[in-house]
Amino acid sequence: MYEIVAFYLFSALTIGLFSVTVMSENVLYAMTSLAAGMVLISGFFFILGADFLGVVQLIVYVGAVMALYSFAMMFFDATRDIKEKNTNSALVFVLGGLSALVLVLMFSAPIYNDQIQALYPIHEGIGNAQDVGMVLFTKYLVPFEVAAVMLLVAMIAGIILAGKKMDTSLTEDVSVDDEIMIVKDEK
Amino acid sequence: MIGLSHYLIVSAIIFSIGLVGVLRRRNLLMLFFATEVMLNAVNIAFAAISHYYNDLTGQMFAFFIIAIAASEVAVGLGILIVLYKKYGSLNLDDLAKMKG
Repeated sequence: MYEIVAFYLFSALTIGLFSVTVMSENVLYAMTSLAAGMVLISGFFFILGADFLGVVQLIVYVGAVMALYSFAMMFFDATRDIKEKNTNSALVFVLGGLSALVLVLMFSAPIYNDQIQALYPIHEGIGNAQDVGMVLFTKYLVPFEVAAVMLLVAMIAGIILAGKKMDTSLTEDVSVDDEIMIVKDEK
Repeated sequence: MIGLSHYLIVSAIIFSIGLVGVLRRRNLLMLFFATEVMLNAVNIAFAAISHYYNDLTGQMFAFFIIAIAASEVAVGLGILIVLYKKYGSLNLDDLAKMKG
């Protein structure tokens, strides 16, 4: 009973909030509704018994990714409304709905099959975090380490791109302008 | 009782919302938001299938999707900041240099 109420409440709220994210013209509204929708999605994970996934969703998405977005928004003008030239909006809606439908049909077609067997079954007696840990550090150890290296590369890339020389442009050649200035000063 | 198809339908609706966002947005930051919506929709589908087939593989894939999304955001926002410093705008119509 509670599961049914929670499911319908969460799904209605999530769809509404993500619609605000996609439709809103204000960056602040879009980001806030995105964060709230992600919190509700972790609620889906808790209903489904994936406790550890729900906690990771809360920490990584709502914590880290949203903090990153709000830091990046300080570089841009966040309070101004975004003017977008949206041509042929109805066509976009029809195309988006149709292609999403095709994708869902493609990926859900093999699911309705009785031949599927659980590769790593969920154990009843132990908790979800312990179960996930045992599978993650035995069968998925190599992808886990590769993901760790990928996160390190992403961190270095973020530091290089955003952190260095915050006041000047990375791509423009500043040294030419400096030389011209020096020559002018000498004259 | 809530079945697997309920979760898959919700996931499909959220995914199509994200896809419409990717198609109609012209601002790069808003495009990033729309891709986050799509990734979250896929995560719901993975967790639901993992629960109803009693298999942990779906949750594992959802973990790796979260890791990939985090690194994508880190690199992508760095590129956005460099673009904004160079052009002063994040609008795709302003950034388009090649006229076809």
